[in-house]
Amino acid sequence: MANVTTTPQASDPRLKLQVEQQLGAFHLSVALNLPATGVSGFFGPSGSGKTSLLRLIAGLERPKQGVITLGEQTLLDTRQGIFVPPHRRRIGVVFQEARLFPHYRVRGNLTYGMRKPAAQRFAEIVELLGIEALLERMPGTLSGGEARRVAIGRALLSEPQLLLMDEPLTGLDGARKEELLRYITRLTQQVDIPVIYVSHDAEEITAIADHLVVMKAGQVRASDKLGALLQRFDLTHELGGFDAASLLQGEVVAHETAYGLTHLALDDNYQLVLPGTSAPIGSHLRVRILARDIALALTPPANTSYRNQLSATITDFITLPEAPYTVELRLSIGRFFLRARLTRKSWDEMGLAKGMQVTALIRSVSFTAC
Amino acid sequence: MSLSPAEWEVIRLSLLIGLAAIAWILPPGIAVAWWLARFEFRGKAVVDGLIHLPLVLPPVVVGYLLLVTLGRQGVIGQWLYSTLGVSLPFTWQGAAVASGVMAFPLLVRALRLSLEAVDPKLEAAASTLGASRWRVFTTITLPLAVPGLLTGTVLAFARALSEFGATITFASNIPGETRTLPLALYTLIQSPGQESAAARLCLIAIAIALVSLIASEWLARRTRQRLQERDG
Repeated sequence: MANVTTTPQASDPRLKLQVEQQLGAFHLSVALNLPATGVSGFFGPSGSGKTSLLRLIAGLERPKQGVITLGEQTLLDTRQGIFVPPHRRRIGVVFQEARLFPHYRVRGNLTYGMRKPAAQRFAEIVELLGIEALLERMPGTLSGGEARRVAIGRALLSEPQLLLMDEPLTGLDGARKEELLRYITRLTQQVDIPVIYVSHDAEEITAIADHLVVMKAGQVRASDKLGALLQRFDLTHELGGFDAASLLQGEVVAHETAYGLTHLALDDNYQLVLPGTSAPIGSHLRVRILARDIALALTPPANTSYRNQLSATITDFITLPEAPYTVELRLSIGRFFLRARLTRKSWDEMGLAKGMQVTALIRSVSFTAC
Repeated sequence: MSLSPAEWEVIRLSLLIGLAAIAWILPPGIAVAWWLARFEFRGKAVVDGLIHLPLVLPPVVVGYLLLVTLGRQGVIGQWLYSTLGVSLPFTWQGAAVASGVMAFPLLVRALRLSLEAVDPKLEAAASTLGASRWRVFTTITLPLAVPGLLTGTVLAFARALSEFGATITFASNIPGETRTLPLALYTLIQSPGQESAAARLCLIAIAIALVSLIASEWLARRTRQRLQERDG
């Protein structure tokens, strides 16, 4: 249970903030410690204060009261009258609208924030984002997805010590969205800069975040490792409701090309079979499984189409007031946890209870590989 | 038609005074326009009104006020003369000051509108990329406001060239020193039998106006292209 409930983070809290800000009738009151590596997601409905928080971190807004430190550096301390202006913070921002400079070519936009000529780094990032062909174009001629990619490259090339991304997928259609999300995920794995990623989309944020901050009405509702938060029943509504999901990570061990399936080892004992991916063998993959896609059986069934049958223990269950006829459960599978959702009727008829051994059934086609 | 030496002298002097007027009002004009476009402060309406005063006051009043402040007995004029040995009234520099003051509001107006149209979000983006305020202004704000800068400059230049009342009051009508085209034309009209000479000056005035309009249009187009070709 230790890694399911919220525990204080042991990792180095590199960005610490404690701010109070009044914006009209809206009050933002936040105290946070964020890890120095990986992607931290700021998640919440629009108007919950995610973007305001981002602006405070970037220095584009000055709070009434607060302290913000990044590593050893104090960026803001209202009591001591310290306020580092945005251009000295070295915090890159990718805005919702790409905000490219219309009078510079793509190349000029990319080099705008570069501290010194670095042809090597420039070439790497241009390649990583797939924008070689756009370098001589004017921003006005780019598509939405292209402009976002250029904006990401521009922010990265300014060598930030922290990268903020404010809903970078807004306004893109499905295919473009997925494409850009792939670029961003790849980039967060390859570029060693901590990222804060703001989104109101549960699926998007579970695909990218390692750490998650759930915001509600100007306050932090919860802040923890994403996997741990997804297991919390009390956050079901915030984190997707009907689409509540769990996250599993594993290593690609085999491809069944004839059937288009990929085998993912969670550890030495457990394997999942999922729709074929192009991920190379040995690479790590994150899969998202919706609670409503999991079925339970008391004994391992024979002759079934469920390709994944995992023996599991029911560790916890609850009936949420907003959904009185379903039961939310948490299953432990080895050292992993999975959320499942059953109808009350199934729960009663199967005589399920906390601590019982069951078999969790997951259809391969229900996985979303992130 | 070939121009007489006297006519050339008038043209040279007009252009000199017009350009000098533009040269001195550009830096404060840009600063004031930016200030008004980007900041809210108490008394902004008063500042705005003061800047626009030359547009609505009789030019003679402006000339008289200049005489009172910058004349050798004036508050500033006295100091200028005693410390720098500079005396502005009755000189071409004085004419440039007078026509510049009259042209100032036109420059500020056009430029301010253009600066206000520059998206502050782009400036914020530039600052997160490490650009100081000055760099943001010179690489983002001002380049994006160039159309307004050009319009304002052309309007101000035309105003400076045609300035009459403030110039004659402050700098007088001295041939070869402060007698610009409008003043020369006025002098000719005052003396009998000079109708054809006056007509010639009229044509010259029209020609100068046309040439500067065409030149500014060409400049605007060229600048737009240059801006788009810049790689930073």
